[in-house]
Amino acid sequence: MIPFPVLSIITWAPFVGAVLIMFVARHRPLAVRLIALVSTAVSVVLSVFIFVAYEREAAGFQFYEKVPLVPPLGISYELGVDGMSLLMVLLTSVIIFAGVFASWTVATRSQEFYALLLALVTGVYGVFVSLDLFVFFLFYELAVLPMYLLIGIWGSSGEVRPRGIFGWAFRETGVGSKEYAAMKLTLYLLFGSAFILVGIFALYYGTGSGSFSFLELEAASVTPRTQFWVFLAFYIGFGILAGIWPLHTWSPDGHASAPTAVSMLHAGVLMKLGAYGVVRLGMGLLPDGALELAWLVGGVACINVVYGALSAMAQTDLKYVIAYSSVSHMGLVMLGAATLTEAGLNGSVFQMFAHGVMTGLFFALVGLVYEKAHSREIFKMGGFGRAMPGIATAFTVGGLSSLGLPATSGFVAEILTFMGAWRSAHPWWLVPAIAGTFLTAVYVLRVTKQIFWGPPSPHFHHLEDARGPEWVAIVLLTAVIVLFGIAPGIALDPVDTATVPLLSRLVKP
Amino acid sequence: MPLGAYLTLAALVFAIGLFGVLTRRNAVGILLGIELMLNAVNINLVAFARFRTDLAGLIFTLFTISITVAEVAVGLAIVIVLFRVRRTVEADHLDLPRG
Amino acid sequence: MRTGSATLALIVLGLPFASFLLLALVRPLRRSAGAAAGVSITAIAGALVAAILDFRTAVPREPTQSPSTTWAWLPGDGGPMATVGVMVDDLSLTMLLLVTLVSLLVQVYSWAYLHDEPRPSLGRYYAYHSLFAFSMLGLVLAPNFLQMFIFWELVGLCSYLLIGYWYDRPSAARAAVKAFWITKLGDLGFVAGIVMLWSATGTFDFWTLFSMGTMGTLPVELLPCIMFLIYLGAVGKSAQFPLHIWLPDAMEGPTPVSALIHAATMVTAGVFLVNRAFPLFRLTPDVLVLVAWVGAFTALLAASMACVDDDIKRVLAYSTVSQLGLMMAAAGAAAPEAGFMHLVVHGVFKALLFLGAGVVIHVFHTNDVFRMGGLRPWPWTWLPFVVATLALAGVWPLPGFYTKEAILAGVLHAHLTLPFLMLALTSLLTSFYMFRVVFLAFFARPHGHAHTPHVPWLMDYVCRLLAALTLAIGFRMAFFGEHHEGPGWLPAFSLTLAGAGFVLAWAMYHRRVVDPARVAAALWPIDALARRRYFLDAIFAGLYRWVLLTFARLIGWTDRYLVDGVLNVLSAWTLRAGDRVRGLQTGLPQDYVYGVALGVLLLFVLAQWSLR
Repeated sequence: MIPFPVLSIITWAPFVGAVLIMFVARHRPLAVRLIALVSTAVSVVLSVFIFVAYEREAAGFQFYEKVPLVPPLGISYELGVDGMSLLMVLLTSVIIFAGVFASWTVATRSQEFYALLLALVTGVYGVFVSLDLFVFFLFYELAVLPMYLLIGIWGSSGEVRPRGIFGWAFRETGVGSKEYAAMKLTLYLLFGSAFILVGIFALYYGTGSGSFSFLELEAASVTPRTQFWVFLAFYIGFGILAGIWPLHTWSPDGHASAPTAVSMLHAGVLMKLGAYGVVRLGMGLLPDGALELAWLVGGVACINVVYGALSAMAQTDLKYVIAYSSVSHMGLVMLGAATLTEAGLNGSVFQMFAHGVMTGLFFALVGLVYEKAHSREIFKMGGFGRAMPGIATAFTVGGLSSLGLPATSGFVAEILTFMGAWRSAHPWWLVPAIAGTFLTAVYVLRVTKQIFWGPPSPHFHHLEDARGPEWVAIVLLTAVIVLFGIAPGIALDPVDTATVPLLSRLVKP
Repeated sequence: MPLGAYLTLAALVFAIGLFGVLTRRNAVGILLGIELMLNAVNINLVAFARFRTDLAGLIFTLFTISITVAEVAVGLAIVIVLFRVRRTVEADHLDLPRG
Repeated sequence: MRTGSATLALIVLGLPFASFLLLALVRPLRRSAGAAAGVSITAIAGALVAAILDFRTAVPREPTQSPSTTWAWLPGDGGPMATVGVMVDDLSLTMLLLVTLVSLLVQVYSWAYLHDEPRPSLGRYYAYHSLFAFSMLGLVLAPNFLQMFIFWELVGLCSYLLIGYWYDRPSAARAAVKAFWITKLGDLGFVAGIVMLWSATGTFDFWTLFSMGTMGTLPVELLPCIMFLIYLGAVGKSAQFPLHIWLPDAMEGPTPVSALIHAATMVTAGVFLVNRAFPLFRLTPDVLVLVAWVGAFTALLAASMACVDDDIKRVLAYSTVSQLGLMMAAAGAAAPEAGFMHLVVHGVFKALLFLGAGVVIHVFHTNDVFRMGGLRPWPWTWLPFVVATLALAGVWPLPGFYTKEAILAGVLHAHLTLPFLMLALTSLLTSFYMFRVVFLAFFARPHGHAHTPHVPWLMDYVCRLLAALTLAIGFRMAFFGEHHEGPGWLPAFSLTLAGAGFVLAWAMYHRRVVDPARVAAALWPIDALARRRYFLDAIFAGLYRWVLLTFARLIGWTDRYLVDGVLNVLSAWTLRAGDRVRGLQTGLPQDYVYGVALGVLLLFVLAQWSLR
């Protein structure tokens, strides 16, 4: 038994860091970064610690904490992790740690930047470890709201020319600017969270349990009809965050306009929050609803995979390519979950992790390329490999993980998803999933070739490779990709202990 | 004279006052309309006091008269300040609270 | 049936992997090309020693005894979903020898051939070579479909990296990406097939599946479909029609790479797959017939393209495609051992052909055979190449003779008449185009003044070694091997074909009694098509550019301007609605009084109404 509240420390350490930054480190950039580094390092170390200390045979929720908050309403501060959330916590800590390094060169108002980032991360941790739905929602909002400021102030604007029958609307809403992206992202996600809140309350009142605790709601039961609607509400609400088609359009603009660490966190972790919500709350609490609506989740996921990959192929801005790649891979995540099989669900959770790390790496690299070349226009670039071989190598590794090359974590995720897809109630899902792999290979290699290979582009001079702290993020994330690609059992062992019980509740004999 | 007559008179005066408030362009005219409405209320109060032999109505009336006086003073002061700012007392041009 | 030591196999596997890790992670080691080469070559030499030891110490085993040693890789409820390990049987032992030997020779040769490369690049080259050796060895040692697929993809990665070794050349970059994409198309079928197989049987393991097959407990309903899909992987990797188009372009890589990867080892992975999984393919004879037909057709198609190409490496590339077709046809004719034997010997003499070509390329600084010639006075430049040519053409007593005869016998035995005829014609063409190259590259009249060509001794000795090996294998087969029964007329027939090809080439390109241009004019439809690669590259390129990319742009446009457009419209409407409602706030107090008055009136009416 661990004598101290590990999960609370992991969750609140960044927040403490944020508070310290605002009060103690104003106008001292180095102090800001050091405080951020230390607070995220605490979380990283502890999350690795719990990852190792988690008892795989015992399974279930471990490192449990409970503090009643409002007993008459059944709200309490209840934390715990099982195999699934364990991996997600690890993912978050790795990404934010890398993100702190990736944001080292933020120039203006870095203390507010880091403070908001750390507050956001606390929200993310809280969502993954929370076992009380009310507190879950609170943390969820905490994870979404700082996005508005982060993107609106520290983001970058682009230009989108209004075209098509809806072009007039583009002019009016100011598409392309970072303020637009920030507003769209935040409003869209809050719109989704409305559905989630309705679902939570429906469950609270529907089960009559008088408690928001996940464990008690899991034991209670709701009529299949209610389950259907609540699952639908959860699916739409969380799905918006996960980027399901056609409710995904906040994602490309949001990612492209956001500063590097925010993109890393967002594509790497926040979108996984959505998928996690569908699995944990949707499938965990509403088995009948999940069974009934699996066809919808999977079908939309198939669209995501292919549509996202094709859209990525058509982009000319590097950040948009990666943003659409995220949409596509989130489709794979949702597909794996929708298969309602052990292999598929394992694949889904592993894909959350694998893609999270990979996209974190990509955004970090894109941030670096942008910093050195001051452009994101793919077709102006060329031959960067000579000037920045380290970045090129890391980009290639990330790309290979994206297209599911063995020895990267992306492969393990994809093969498990494929295995689950064919065994599911809708075997035809295998076809778009595999097609997605091919399409990903097309656009990833095309972009890599365009940017890094070939003769050096005349538009750019004085390019250089990553330096100093920039290497930390790259090396860390690349190493994680390869490590979990070669030895996936490290992550899959705990995940499997979580998915098997979850599925046993679902697949009724 | 029956109570109804007084009430009708008060209603008429109120209506005239309301009409004046709504349609007069001159700010002072609007204030006059407000005066009429307040006096119509007074007529009502006094009439009820008479027909129910209740002193309360008369006391109410004294209150409203004094408050009316204060309100007129403040109102005219505002009109004067507005005139200084906007150089007009025409109601159409006094749209500072516009949203 | 034999089984070898798993420990030795792991050593064979581990040495190149360790070399790769060292070179990938230790930057100073990699940047110093000499040290990098040393590490890589030592590792592969050690692997060769271990492979030889394993081969020699292999012991016989019972048919019911599994030759695999595995460890859990993907956990699952009630047992691992997938395992990794090594399967050390006759097939893999032979392949271990081939892969390690050719890798070693190629790596040694590369040191001389690429001597002028910048030091860090050369270090990177050797790192890739180590990775490739590890991947290829992992593939041949794979005990199950999943591991084979894993290493299958990894050798594809190495191919991509090595074709694109000179990555600042646009043509090399394009070729590398093309190779990856085309083989990926085949791999889609492969992965679909193995996933379906796993779903039906619960395992990827070869041994378990083979046992199920012999006992009849294999669910056969979807088996033909599954085996066809798995075969698609071989179509891509072993450059069968129509996924052969990447191999000629892969010649953008350095010649030693072409020798190793695109001749002897990686491309043979498809043939190896069919051989390895043959107990399953045997259960789906329809698929095998398809394999044979596609193989024979590929052989003929590629041979025709080899006849008209001027680039020595591309001729050899087409030749490889053609020979791969031959090997596949053997497997399809249910004579996989013949195909496998050809795979092994072909690996040796094809590598020699490429390395020998590397010699002339080095001497003349060009790949164009029409710019070479005049090397007759120096036999050591052309003798190894000619030995290999004779082997490829199938001349007694060289290895190609026996293996080709076995294949033709097998195809005939399976009553595949048209494929047999295609393969026979291919034999003739093979001899023709190879001797065409020999006569043009070595014996043609020299253009400039003749002077002793300078060839690094390392390259020369490697070629000589391979030539000696070819001869040794040939003699071993001639005088000590078992001779399979085939039709009595077959050996004479195949020798005649080889001879005819030689005579044609001699007449056209040495004696010049027959004008190649007139022959080409006489066969002009085929000649024209062959020169344009039968438009297959153009078709794929067109599909990519005009179908895929256009469709992608359409989707991208739809997403930005329609899907997002709807969202922006909703947003714009909200803004406009807000503007309209704002109109109520005129700022004029009189309007507000209006509102209050109306409201009071309404309340009054409602109150009266509800009281009623």
